[in-house]
Formats: sequence, structure tokens, C-alpha cells
Amino acid sequence: METDWRRHAKNRLMTGLIAGAFVLAMIPLVSLVYEVTKRGIPGLSLEFFTADARGVVGEGGGAAHAIVGTLVITAVASLISVPIGIMGAIYLNEYGTGRLRRALTFFVDVMTGIPSIVAGLFAYALFELFLGPGIRLGVMGSVALSVLMTPIVIRSAEEVLKIVPNHLREAAYALGTPKWKTIVKVVLPTAFAGLLTGVMIAIARIVGETAPLLVTTGVVDSINSDPFNGRMQNLAVYAYNEYRSPGVFKQAAYDKAWAAALTLIAIVMLLNILARLVYRRCKTEIR
Amino acid sequence: MAQVDTTTNAGQLLAAASGGRRRLGDRVFSRTAVVAAVTILLLLAGVAVFLVSEGLPALTAGASELPEGKTFLDYVAPLAFGTALAALIAAVVAVPLAVGVALFITHVAPPRIASTLGYMVDLLAAIPSIVYGLWGIFVLGPAAVPVLKWLEEKLGWIPLFEGPASVTGRTMLVAGLVLAVMIMPIVSAIAREAFGQTPRKLTEGAQALGATRWETIRMTVLPFGRSSVISGAMLGLGRALGETMAVTIILSVSGAVTFNLIGQANPSTIAANIALDFPESSGLAINALIATGLVLFAITLVTNMGARAIIARQNHE
Repeated sequence: METDWRRHAKNRLMTGLIAGAFVLAMIPLVSLVYEVTKRGIPGLSLEFFTADARGVVGEGGGAAHAIVGTLVITAVASLISVPIGIMGAIYLNEYGTGRLRRALTFFVDVMTGIPSIVAGLFAYALFELFLGPGIRLGVMGSVALSVLMTPIVIRSAEEVLKIVPNHLREAAYALGTPKWKTIVKVVLPTAFAGLLTGVMIAIARIVGETAPLLVTTGVVDSINSDPFNGRMQNLAVYAYNEYRSPGVFKQAAYDKAWAAALTLIAIVMLLNILARLVYRRCKTEIR
Repeated sequence: MAQVDTTTNAGQLLAAASGGRRRLGDRVFSRTAVVAAVTILLLLAGVAVFLVSEGLPALTAGASELPEGKTFLDYVAPLAFGTALAALIAAVVAVPLAVGVALFITHVAPPRIASTLGYMVDLLAAIPSIVYGLWGIFVLGPAAVPVLKWLEEKLGWIPLFEGPASVTGRTMLVAGLVLAVMIMPIVSAIAREAFGQTPRKLTEGAQALGATRWETIRMTVLPFGRSSVISGAMLGLGRALGETMAVTIILSVSGAVTFNLIGQANPSTIAANIALDFPESSGLAINALIATGLVLFAITLVTNMGARAIIARQNHE
């Protein structure tokens, strides 16, 4: 009887600890969202989204150049990663055999673990070799980000292609459809929503990256939308610089850093929520 | 098996019957897929090759030419120490927490809300590291100051809490804690998947024998998910080793090699050192930083491959 009491007390204690772990883990999330919202809102204004920081010495100026830069760098990175990633996944799921398939599976896993700063150094080393030391370009940032993005795209795309039912492929073959047309006209459309989810998650993962861009795209105060020419600002590095070198108007700079952080969180959350919604539709469509 | 053979045979027959056009389409498409696969492998090889080629000048240079006038080994050793220390704090804090969170979601919380709870944990992983950095220095750091003071007063006899306690909170302990928050969702996601796959016959069998919830977890779920937790912990460790911005922003660095986690003088990490010094460096200093990046790459590679090997062996079983 006594041991029974102890067993149940222990059960309650451990269940409490497990629930406590969850509550403890949620505290940072709540605090983070609350603090970033509270501190970010004062810096948000029309000016923040429409003006750049060129020649600004006082409190004014915005982050338009950083927003444009984030969009361009992310778009170019996606243009590199999405086709390669999806074709790679098609290779893994539809064609791959033998050693190349095994090597790709293994090294994609390895690639997901590359530290983001190392991806940045790689892009710098690559471009430095051809364009000389000290080079900073928007496209260098995109190349760095594509090292991080490609494995995420290929992983998720492979998962989605896997769940496309085989009888769809077999039905297409039975009608005499060549394999490539089966993939393009049957497999990919069926998997479309799932592929889109994966791409959105991948974009959400790289859009807030700071470290690889810190060493590749440089710092600039005015809008530059040409990834192949000159330095390019982006939101994450913008937030870092406003924090790190706030200048005389310290609070104004901090406000801008928090506003940029809030904008980034909003973009990331929006992408994640959209991805979840799209994925729900994908699951019902495939079945 | 036989079915697959028939379809390929039928496809080949049809392709032969309709001439070369169809086969050309197939050939082009499958070649493109192979090219994409090879490109990805080349990309990874490229990371290693270019880091080596640009890091090599620093590895072979004399001490007098390198930053701080040290040999490369003397330059990288304190950084590697700081990297390992920060990642270790993160793993020690994050792994038990992640196991608790995973158990809560899979075996304690009502199944109806489990996927929503899991989604909330995943959100933690989606938050950009720069935001963690700002949160760490403006929110967690100041909030930690009284705790650091208390640690110094009550537990100062432990070398880890030797003090004098930082008055800004920009310490190794706070940086490690922020890293812990960042890697917890990664470890938890892997643990969650494994715990969720515990065979029902085991858990229900334990319950039928009168085991309490905790006894069921301890005797069936935990042993079943053990190797997943280990590999998840290693993946999390790998992430913590390479995490840059949070440490760059939070840690007040001095290059000291110390186990004192709450003081003002902290060892830097490889990644943070690159982020801090790279924008203002030129010449051989750049090569030295790239070489430290190579060291970081090697460390994370070994950690991750270890984790993957554990996963692979487990899948095999």
C-alpha cells in the first residue's frame, strides 16, 4: 500500500515536471513575441517602409533599401535553390539508383548542418577568386543563402513526391505517357501544394539570415535593386547595424532595429501560417 | 516487383513504337535530374574546396603575419574553446527540456491539441537569430543580472560561477541559454517523432499491467526513443556550434580562456569572431578568418555525421 502511494506521487511529480518543461519552453516564445511587438511598433511608420537612409544624420530615415535588398536577395536565392532542389528531389524519388542516390541522400543531410556563417564565407571565397578581395554583391548573399536553402527544398520536396500515390503514375504509363511527361503532368501537379509548402518554409528559414549576408552583401544606405552591381542592404543586417552602431540618436536607432526585427518576424510567421494552410489543402487533395 | 517490370517493359515498347521523340524527352528530363543531383554534390564539395583554398594562406603563414601576431593554432584554440563551451551549455539545458516538451506533446497533453502545441514549439525554430540576439541583450541579459549576482554569492565556490558577476548580463551563461532556446525545437522535433512511434502494444501492455503514466514513459517510451534523443542532441549541438548572431550580439568577449560563465571577460566563439571581425578585415586577416570557418565546418561536419550515423544504424535495426 505504501509503495503504491509512492508510485502515484512519483507519477504526479514527473507528469508535473514534464508539463513544467513545456510551460518553461513557451516562456521565451511569449516573451519574444511580446517584447518584439512592444519595442518594434514605435519604429514602424510610413517612413520606415518608404524611405532609405541615404544622407540621414538625425533620427529620420527608413529601411526601404533593406526591404528591397531582402526581397531581391531572397528572390535570387530562391531562383537558384528551388529548381535545383525540386529537380534533385525528382532525381531521388523517380530516377535515382545506386551510389549517386545514396551519396545525395547522405550529403543533403550533411548540408542541412552547415553553419550559416560558413555558407557566407564560401560565397565570399568563391567570388573573391574571380572578382578580387573585398568584393560585396547582392548575388553573393543569394549564393550563400542557396547553400542553406537547397537542402531544405530537396528534403521537403522528396517527402511530398513520396506520398504521391503510385497508381497515378501507373495509370499514366498504361495510357502510354512517357515517364518525363508523367512526372511533369501528373506527379508535379498532384504534389504542387506540398511543394509550395516546402518552398515557403525554406524561404521563411533564410529570409531572416544575418551572418552569411554580413560577410557577403556589405552595408549601404541607399536602395540598390541590382544584385550584380554594388552592395546591398537587407533587413536582418540592417537591424544588426542599427543596434551595433546606433550613433548619436541611440533610441531612434534601437527603435529602427526593433522595427526591422518585428517586420522580419511578421514575414516569417506569415510564411509559416500560409505554408500550414496550403499543406492542409495538399493533404486533402492527395487523398 | 513483377508489376514494376511490366510497366517499364510497356513503357519501353511504347517508346520504341513511337520513335525517338519520346525517348529524347525522357533522356533530356532524366539528364536534367542527374545534373541537379550532381550540382548539389558539387555545391557541397565547393564549400569545402573554396574554404580550403582561401584558408590555406593563413594556415601556412608565419605568426608575425597573422592577426594578433599568433600562430594560427594559438589564434583558433581559444575560439574553439568558446565555441564548445557555449554549445555545451546550450545542449545541457536544451536536451532535458526538449525531452520534456516532446513527452508532453506525445504522451501527456490531450491528443486534440497536440499538433497545435507542436506547431508552437516549431515557431521557436522559425524565429530569425538576429531577433534572438536582440531579445538576449535587451531582455534576457538585464533580467539575468540579479540571478548572476545570486549565483556568485551563493555558488561562487563552483568555478563556473566564480564571478565577479557581470552587471550587463552579457555573459557566457546568458549566451548559452539563448542558444538553448534556439536548439530546443530541433532536438524536440526529433524526440517527438520517435516518442510518437512507440509501439502501442508496449505502452498499452505497460498500462494493462497497472503501470502509472510515468512508469509507462520510463519503461517503454524513453528506451524506445533513446537513440533518437542522442542523435537529436548531436544535431542540436551542431546547430549551437555554428550559431552566429545571438552569440555575436550577446557575448562581451575578451579572448580569455575561462570556465567562469557569469563574468565580463568571456572567450569568443569561432562564428561570432568571424561576424565581428570580417567586415573590417583585409588581406591575410581575411584568410585567417576563413581558415577558422574551415575549422568550424569540420567540427560541425563531424558532429552531424555522427548524429546521422546513429539515425542510420537505428533505422537499420
